Amino acid sequence: MTPLQLTHFTATSCLGRGLAATLAALEQAHCGLRPCRFETVELATYIGEVDGLDQVRLPLPLERFDCRNNRLAQLGLMQDGFDAAVRAAIERFGPRRVGVYLGTSTSGILTTEIAYRHLDPVSGALPQGFDYAGTHNSFSVVDYVGRLFELSGPAVAVCTACSSSAKVFAAAQRMIATNQIDAAIVGGVDSLCLTTLYGFHSLQLTSAEPCRPFDAARDGLSIGEAAAFALLQRTPAETAPEAIMLLGAGESSDAYHMSSPHPEGAGARSAMRNALTDAGLAAGDVDYINLHGTGTPSNDSAESRAVTGLFGNATPCSSTKGATGHALGAAGALEAIICAIALKSGMMPGGLNLKQPDPQLQLNYLTHNRRGALRHVLSNSFGFGGANCALLFGRAA
Amino acid sequence: MSTLSACIQSYGLLGPGLADWSAARAVLSGEQPHVAARTVLPPPAVLPPAERRRAGRVIKLALAIGAEAVAAAANSAAPDARTLPTVFTSSGGDGDNCHEICVTLASRERLISPTRFHNSVHNAAAGYWSIAYGCTEGSTSLCAGDASFGAGLLEALAQLACGAPAVLLLAYDADYPQPLYAKRPIPDAFGVALLLVPPDAAGQLPLLQLALSDAAASTMDHPGLESLRASIPAARCLPLLERLAQRRAGRVVLDYLDTARLAVEVHS
Repeated sequence: MTPLQLTHFTATSCLGRGLAATLAALEQAHCGLRPCRFETVELATYIGEVDGLDQVRLPLPLERFDCRNNRLAQLGLMQDGFDAAVRAAIERFGPRRVGVYLGTSTSGILTTEIAYRHLDPVSGALPQGFDYAGTHNSFSVVDYVGRLFELSGPAVAVCTACSSSAKVFAAAQRMIATNQIDAAIVGGVDSLCLTTLYGFHSLQLTSAEPCRPFDAARDGLSIGEAAAFALLQRTPAETAPEAIMLLGAGESSDAYHMSSPHPEGAGARSAMRNALTDAGLAAGDVDYINLHGTGTPSNDSAESRAVTGLFGNATPCSSTKGATGHALGAAGALEAIICAIALKSGMMPGGLNLKQPDPQLQLNYLTHNRRGALRHVLSNSFGFGGANCALLFGRAA
Repeated sequence: MSTLSACIQSYGLLGPGLADWSAARAVLSGEQPHVAARTVLPPPAVLPPAERRRAGRVIKLALAIGAEAVAAAANSAAPDARTLPTVFTSSGGDGDNCHEICVTLASRERLISPTRFHNSVHNAAAGYWSIAYGCTEGSTSLCAGDASFGAGLLEALAQLACGAPAVLLLAYDADYPQPLYAKRPIPDAFGVALLLVPPDAAGQLPLLQLALSDAAASTMDHPGLESLRASIPAARCLPLLERLAQRRAGRVVLDYLDTARLAVEVHS
């Protein structure tokens, strides 16, 4: 692909609001996970919850979009001057030439889950104020962001479970490459809800402790939530050396199982290989890999095989989900921004919560932060249904 | 803005009173009347028996239209299903499954079935498709509410323009059960699959050229078909399919977002 620049980016997760808080947490190896006290949930698990969403208010004309997911989007958009950067891009290119490409897995389903507790006792109807398109529908967050910025260009939610907000980079890149748009708001917004907490529990995929990616005794994931955004544009003729670029994207399908990865990581490997090909890079050019690394026994084992198969076991890599939890549909974008932070700061975040390395997993897995000059980094995202995406980011120089 | 283009290699279709593409073509070209009837969803023969039993309406719908389009292209130069990139697009996914999960979560026990949970992802149909056909190519699953058909068409054509040898676009929606139905009254299941190939790869195939537009969306003259177009997001494609069925060149405007439509120039 022709490289695109992430001219502005921001992330909000349980590590904090915006880039400075996220970088500080990563530098201090801070784990944002806490025992689950979310809503009425009674599960022995840890979660990565974003504080203060109850206080977030949406602009009055967009009140019908009020739900946890859109509050999280609103909070995220207001960090790091992202909102102003979007408005400047719209000023420059026009509202039809700025696209909205966001990933989510559950959107505002929490609103529906709660509404089902308040059905009319006689008719069984949902409460009068329930707004399907504003909250429940997967497009709700995209619609909200588009209306907030009064955009009239292409807009879509990508919903491929846990790779949703990685795939948005590929989709938006295609729209820029084919000159349908000049810039895109890409990112992911996914928020805590009962469906995912009880759902992953039903699959016995949640840990009772903070998740321990790549630990020998890892026993499941910790669910998190996040809003992460980037403004993707064509690369100007002159870019600063520290400018962050999207260099390649690779997609593939496992064609194996709905909720288990291919045991050899065949799909993961082909997504990473496709990303390298797309970027015109060799495996040896990659300085750091941000792993999908959910902390489930099967994911980490399959991903480890895929990575060592393609990269050998020298490339430094880690999963940041021990710090953030698994933000599901927002994980791809959150980890893309963590990669951008790593490229900018020269800091590879060590994976947290690892007590006993798994001898079966032959990766150069970082357990402590490491400094180094980073030129190219890879981010992996794999979703239910075998939907895989790998993204390659780099510095301009 | 540059125009995106593609040729249509083959079709799959299933909707109320429209049993497949050949039946739909006969209705849309005026050879046969449209007889209103509930959509009949066949069991997905491509899935193993256990998965077949558990497949919800949306999965049956998506697999049926995709299978029809792929079978119709069997003797063409288009890649077969194993190597065909796919774009799935739906305004709401599996409404029955979503309803059952919400009912369970509102109960005391909250014991969701694992199968219900993994079928709740918007890309469940895409997952089953890739497993059924052994397709390891990239696949995306989109949602743009009422604009989902247009969003899928844009994505598929952009993939072709970026070098994909062919793309199977599957757009589909099914009705919610109550009480969600009252808030989102999609009357019945409707799905369309288009196997799209790059413009220069085709000889006699109809060619589409697509651009964003501010013009008003084209409508259907037939009241029954217009009602389908207006009430089911995936059926927003009907004015385009009508023109293709009639082998009539010219321009149609497809409903897309509140703020934009898609103008499609058809060269048949």
